[in-house]
Amino acid sequence: MSFLTSLVNGLSLGSIYAIIALGYTMVYGIAKMLNFAHGDFIMVGGYIIFTCVSTAGLPPAAGILLAIVLCTLLGIGTEKVAYKPLRHAKSNLAVLITAIGVSYLLENLALLIFGADTKSFTNVVTWPGIALFGGQLRIQGVTIVTILVSLAILIVLQLFINHTKNGQAMLAVAQDQGAATLMGIDVNKTISLTFAIGSGLAAIAGALLCSAYPSLTPYTGAMPGIKAFVAAVLGGIGSIPGAMIGGLVLGIVEILSKTYISSQLSDAIVFGILVVVLLVKPTGLLGKVTQEKV
Amino acid sequence: MTDKILKAMTPKRKTAVNGKSPAMTYFVVLAAYAVLELCIKTGIMSSHLQGLLVPMVYYAIVAVGLNICVGILGELSLGHAGFMCIGAFGSAVFSLLTDGVLPDGLRFLLAFLVGVALATLFGFLIGIPVLRLNGDYLAIVTLAFGEIIKNLLNALYLGIDENGLHASLSNQMALGLSPDGKMLINGAMGVSGTPHDANFTISMVVLLIALFLAQNLVHSKHGRAIMAIRDNRIAAESIGINIVRYKMQAFTISAAIAGAAGVLFSHNISTLQASSQYFGYNVSIMILVYVVLGGIGNLRGSVIAASILYLLPELLRGLNKYRMLIYSIVLIVVMIFNWAPAAIAWRENLAAKFKAARKENV
Repeated sequence: MSFLTSLVNGLSLGSIYAIIALGYTMVYGIAKMLNFAHGDFIMVGGYIIFTCVSTAGLPPAAGILLAIVLCTLLGIGTEKVAYKPLRHAKSNLAVLITAIGVSYLLENLALLIFGADTKSFTNVVTWPGIALFGGQLRIQGVTIVTILVSLAILIVLQLFINHTKNGQAMLAVAQDQGAATLMGIDVNKTISLTFAIGSGLAAIAGALLCSAYPSLTPYTGAMPGIKAFVAAVLGGIGSIPGAMIGGLVLGIVEILSKTYISSQLSDAIVFGILVVVLLVKPTGLLGKVTQEKV
Repeated sequence: MTDKILKAMTPKRKTAVNGKSPAMTYFVVLAAYAVLELCIKTGIMSSHLQGLLVPMVYYAIVAVGLNICVGILGELSLGHAGFMCIGAFGSAVFSLLTDGVLPDGLRFLLAFLVGVALATLFGFLIGIPVLRLNGDYLAIVTLAFGEIIKNLLNALYLGIDENGLHASLSNQMALGLSPDGKMLINGAMGVSGTPHDANFTISMVVLLIALFLAQNLVHSKHGRAIMAIRDNRIAAESIGINIVRYKMQAFTISAAIAGAAGVLFSHNISTLQASSQYFGYNVSIMILVYVVLGGIGNLRGSVIAASILYLLPELLRGLNKYRMLIYSIVLIVVMIFNWAPAAIAWRENLAAKFKAARKENV
């Protein structure tokens, strides 16, 4: 039964990774940049909800909604101010280092505003959950909600990308920015939209992550952010179902290795997966092979 | 194609490493050493400040090492804190093993060599898979390796008794150490009792050696080949430059220099722990900040930036709260100013105007 419990916990953590990884994979696939600050949007979302619920006394739903809106705006703003000027820079290190700068900026702003102490986050899911097998297997409400929300996001995103004009524009920009421009697609708008969706998803991930692991610090988002990138690479960068699968696999591996191997080594194992994937199959599980043109 | 090759062969002036006067760099370092040493001898410098000198120098050394990777090789490594960690632990264990057996000077010299050799070895081993990648992937994989090293050392228990070395990844009891055995690495508690061998003078000597290595690399045939790969990998390959070999060379030297800094680190601190505070990826990023603000590819700049950025917040306590905030903003602004095509065009435009104005005046 402890194995089943771990598996369910792994699914829950994996669903959170999957939501973050969806944002990562879309931004990487379309804007061709590693948004190192993506994980910190989770933290920003968490603090917005914390402020709304614990300080201002608003209902959790209002807090989540506000967090999504503000994170979306923050994502669009960051892209406009920090990343867009560097889109055609000679070295692609420039935008990566800038993204690291944005990540530091967000963490340290949070540190100044909220302090370094751990804030205890109120669970936004009030449903206590269910008990299976005569109470032997307890599944918390937040676990079930997390898994369902991530599935819903996956389905909506798939429909959006494959069946709307904006979604098709995203695919076109991901394939070839120049050709997309020639076809009359507004590349700037499409990239903004991508950042908006990614950041909004990060806010949702923030609400779920902080509900499942109720401690909030300025560095809450950093590690999950990096692990979600590992998940995106594992699933194949640019692929939406891939990000979902990668996230789930990573979450399950992390929880199982915490339970059965060593809690200290679980991070090493997760990062070991990244190394192995990039060596054996750099395109990930569901990624496409693209030829490098000279 | 020809112009691509030519472009690859001509080092860009902007990123050339102190193309004109490598001697100037040594002069700056020696002058700084003389002034600081004078301050210590005359008693002007507080003991608090004296304690900051060795860390200042070892961060400058890692910055030089990282600059070889970022500036000369053109690949971003976020795992240099990991190489520092290996140098620190390797040399600390060696020092513990041989403390009292060998004379102090010789022991430290050997410990230094052991630390650097281990970091070099790991740089080489990690380089084999990592250098097959480039760009963002390479950055994130080096970050992953840095974290793996830190986590493994955090979980490692190492002890010695009359039966030899015992190692375990679970706990101290699993070592089965005899009663008179000695713990070398105690898991997350780390290594304690490393002798304090590193002082300001030794650190400065190591810094000079690192700079000597780096500058000579840059101004050699090898350095030019590495920079050709940085500027245009495909063109470099097409004129017969062995990409793998030169990338490996730069990465390994870079790791070795970080390892040397790690040796100084472990011989300056009483308890060495593989904690995130000292060896996490945040430290790698902090060193990257030094490199970027000192000028990517500018070795002298790395040393100066690391020294100033390390000392400044320690000296101005009030600033400490805002330190990282200011660094992050400066980092973003510097990157956009130096690399954005629009900013480059604007700067060139401005320079042309200045030139025209000067001509009119004459």
